[in-house]
Amino acid sequence: MCQVEDLEPMWGEAALVEGTQIALIRLHGETIHAVSQWDPYACANVMSRGIVGSKAGRPTLASPIHKQPYDLATGRCLSDEALQLRSYPVRVEAGIVEVKV
Amino acid sequence: MDASTHPAPAEAQRHIAVVGGGPAAHRLTEALISRDPAGLRISVFTEESSAPYDRVALSRRFAQVDDELLLGDPALWEDPRVQLHTGTAVTALDVESKTLRTAHGEVLGFDELVLATGSSAPRPPIEGSEHIAVYRTLEDVDWLRRRAAELGEELGRPARCAVIGGGLLGLEAAGGLKGLGAEVTVVHSRAWLMNAQVDEYGGRTLNRLLEQEGYRLKLGHRPSRLAVDLEAPAERSRYTLEFAKSPDLPADLVVAAIGITARDELAASAGLDCAERGGVVIDETCATSAPNIWAIGEVASYQGISMGLVAPANAMAEVVADRLSGGAASFIGFDTAAKLKLAGMDVASFGDAFAETPGALEVVYADAVGGIYQKIVVTDDATTLLGGVFVGDASPYSSLRPLLGRQLPAAPGAFLSAAGGGELDLELPDDAQVCSCKDICAGTIRSAVAGDETTPGCTDMAAMKSCTKVGTQCGSCIPMAKKIMEAQMLSLGLDVSKALCEHFGHSRAELFEAVRATQLTSFTEIVSRFGTPADAQLNLGCDICKPVVASILAAQHGAEYILEAGRGTLQDTNDRALANMQKDGTYSVMPRIPGGEITPQKLKVIAEVAADFDLYTKISAAQRVDMFGARLEQLPQIWRRLVDAGFESGQAYGKALRNVKSCVGSSWCRYGVQDSVAMGIRLENRYRGLRSPHKMKFGVSGCARECAEARAKDVGVIATSEGWNMYVGGNGGATPAHGQLLAKDLDDATLLRYIDRYVMYYVRTADRLQRTARWMEELPGGVDHVHDVVVKDSLGIGGDLEAAMAKHVDGYEDEWAATLRDPERLRRFRSFVNAPDAPDTGLAYVIERGQRRPATEQEKVDAAAGDGPVLLTGPRIPVREEMAREDAARAAGGLDPAQAREGAPVPNNLAAVEGRS
Repeated sequence: MCQVEDLEPMWGEAALVEGTQIALIRLHGETIHAVSQWDPYACANVMSRGIVGSKAGRPTLASPIHKQPYDLATGRCLSDEALQLRSYPVRVEAGIVEVKV
Repeated sequence: MDASTHPAPAEAQRHIAVVGGGPAAHRLTEALISRDPAGLRISVFTEESSAPYDRVALSRRFAQVDDELLLGDPALWEDPRVQLHTGTAVTALDVESKTLRTAHGEVLGFDELVLATGSSAPRPPIEGSEHIAVYRTLEDVDWLRRRAAELGEELGRPARCAVIGGGLLGLEAAGGLKGLGAEVTVVHSRAWLMNAQVDEYGGRTLNRLLEQEGYRLKLGHRPSRLAVDLEAPAERSRYTLEFAKSPDLPADLVVAAIGITARDELAASAGLDCAERGGVVIDETCATSAPNIWAIGEVASYQGISMGLVAPANAMAEVVADRLSGGAASFIGFDTAAKLKLAGMDVASFGDAFAETPGALEVVYADAVGGIYQKIVVTDDATTLLGGVFVGDASPYSSLRPLLGRQLPAAPGAFLSAAGGGELDLELPDDAQVCSCKDICAGTIRSAVAGDETTPGCTDMAAMKSCTKVGTQCGSCIPMAKKIMEAQMLSLGLDVSKALCEHFGHSRAELFEAVRATQLTSFTEIVSRFGTPADAQLNLGCDICKPVVASILAAQHGAEYILEAGRGTLQDTNDRALANMQKDGTYSVMPRIPGGEITPQKLKVIAEVAADFDLYTKISAAQRVDMFGARLEQLPQIWRRLVDAGFESGQAYGKALRNVKSCVGSSWCRYGVQDSVAMGIRLENRYRGLRSPHKMKFGVSGCARECAEARAKDVGVIATSEGWNMYVGGNGGATPAHGQLLAKDLDDATLLRYIDRYVMYYVRTADRLQRTARWMEELPGGVDHVHDVVVKDSLGIGGDLEAAMAKHVDGYEDEWAATLRDPERLRRFRSFVNAPDAPDTGLAYVIERGQRRPATEQEKVDAAAGDGPVLLTGPRIPVREEMAREDAARAAGGLDPAQAREGAPVPNNLAAVEGRS
């Protein structure tokens, strides 16, 4: 999909995987999370432009529109149980980021 | 008979006549109406031309000409049960027939009558006293202000003013005149000032404080004559105040504030009992000697005393309101607590300030060098608080006053803050009065924190003030009220911590100073030093603290690009894209139009860009043009064209200066006295790009007509014939606030210097997302403190603040020009990391009033089902083709073919798709 170097740590990027919009988040180091780009509350493709952070030590991504925080590892919304981001498996092979949709 | 279905006829209503229009009359009316009485009508007669105003705050009017000193909610006078007769003196009263006669000759009946005629300001009984001005009403202050200004002009030197009377009012008048640039001498018959409130040592401390501030004092002498020479040349003064045993005092203006004379003439002529020293005699129910006639406030004499303070007047008003509503409240005596409202003078006293209670003990801290005197008076067993006096540092006053007559929770010495006693946590009983002006007890504040079914809980002082009215009159109880509120919030488990969020235990202001002191420049360093936990691997921050740190770093390193590596990831949604994200994830674009001035050529560029990218266009609230619907990857193309045409970023996306609104000013306007457009542009270009705790808006008006609404702005500048008046702390929004006057008649350079200081002080000390109005409200000392810091440089940081601003101004660079120059920076504007120009295909629009707007979810559903409006989707939104089709259809149908639009170039051709999402 892209090189690890294409992703700046803590700066989300959107990616197109077979027509599906994904939000890619690289943390410090080479840990990369992939979740759906669709914000289920705002109904817009914006999650990659959200704010990366942490809650009680777990990495989070807050919606750029209404700031609901989601657990990056599970996609679970931490402020509203009804909301969920889809999360996708990611692996890095020889510096290339691969996402399974 | 059920009153709700058969309303009583009008003549059966009880008619309450209130004679007088001061704070006491206001309070009575408010208290009666708040009991929501049925079958009551209230007529208020005031000889003044305005509705009751806050006389206690009279001194504010010196600095602020148009401060109306509003007292409570003006809607009170719109209540259908209340009739306010301004400019209507009551001239006669008939106790037998229960009628009154007005100066207009009307005779009206009443059921109950309340005398609240107040007092007048006496002049000293000396020859020439008719030339002495007084300090009592709005008109008095307006006259003094005008006269001091005229004299300054006529004489070509500061006016010399003599103020006779060194009590509370005299010192306020002296302070007001001094603030207008006059040389002020206070003449007082006793050896120390405020001798009615303050004991000798405290008074002598106060004497020295005033002398240090540049006042002259003439103490221990009464004037014996005022000699007048109206033809005196400018170097001499036209008045000479003569003394029996002291040298003469020349003066251009003489003002007296030597106490009050109760306005009891109406009562006396009606045959009511009056006291020997003036005032209508009342008992503890506030009843006069005549049935159904009551008296409250300064006109009332209780146990032989008429008192010129607002708290007893309010207490009496509450008693009468209660009695008229069938209650049994009583007046329990005068609350003599007083606090001087004078810049730089902290003086307060309450209770038995002179330790006259038998056996009373005094605990004193006195520092003649530092100008501080604090005294607490207690009972002979040192347990019960009887009173106190504070000069130079009155910080214990607001917490101690509610404890008057109660057991002290600690040894008295522990309350002397100047002696290192520090702040004790006082647990006030629910019935202890916190606000004497509005009679609010600790319990009322506590229950307001929780709220009830009808009222939401109050968790900040602004909400608390509007809900309970606490601190809305003199304001001296606000620190105490805030403490009680916060303690209650804690006990309810509500968050009162100043901590930004879970990642930092600091407030924004604390973090600002910490970062400034340590010169740290990255989020990782700042977290490692100050975060909780201080581990940059675990503590990644959040949407609250990261933008705060970004703002702090931007304010301290103004010259650096805000999306530079490491800092880009801190930015909030809008800053991240240097544009404002809208509900569908697209952006709006708003170039800066300094001062609202724009050439037709540049306007045309905006029109062309908007047309070529099919952007929804709207004039913003800030004299600019906003263009909506740009996708992330389109922003660089759009800005390339705008920057080439000479536009720069308007920072509509940032917590920063948004715009400076200006009227057209003296270059075109028939009324303008200064060039407000030029000043607006100058200010906008000076402060553009400065990151601040919240957005800031400025305004510049070219004359007092104030067309630019500058007083609704964080910084408002209004032209005068002499220069500029500077207002601060105004804002619109959810809780509008009027700007307050900070300084008058400034030249351009001084204006800029003061704005530099004001804005930088705000940037450094305000909380996150705190507009200037709230910031000043929360600052101890409020606008007076800000005035001291900005105008008098009381903290000695003026030069530092100016230097910080100069660094910003010198380092400013347009963020969009800087972005376009650098391909690395442009990478941040790709739509997809693996398809940098591919558009988001999920966007859908409908046309409304000739432009597109995002389709609602319902419209998308309807369209999918084949219903509803035409939905426009696809990588390029072909608004124009859709409209051309409409036009063609209209033309074919015989409608106006001239409306068919010209075929302007369309970036891409994807047909409108009907009925699908």
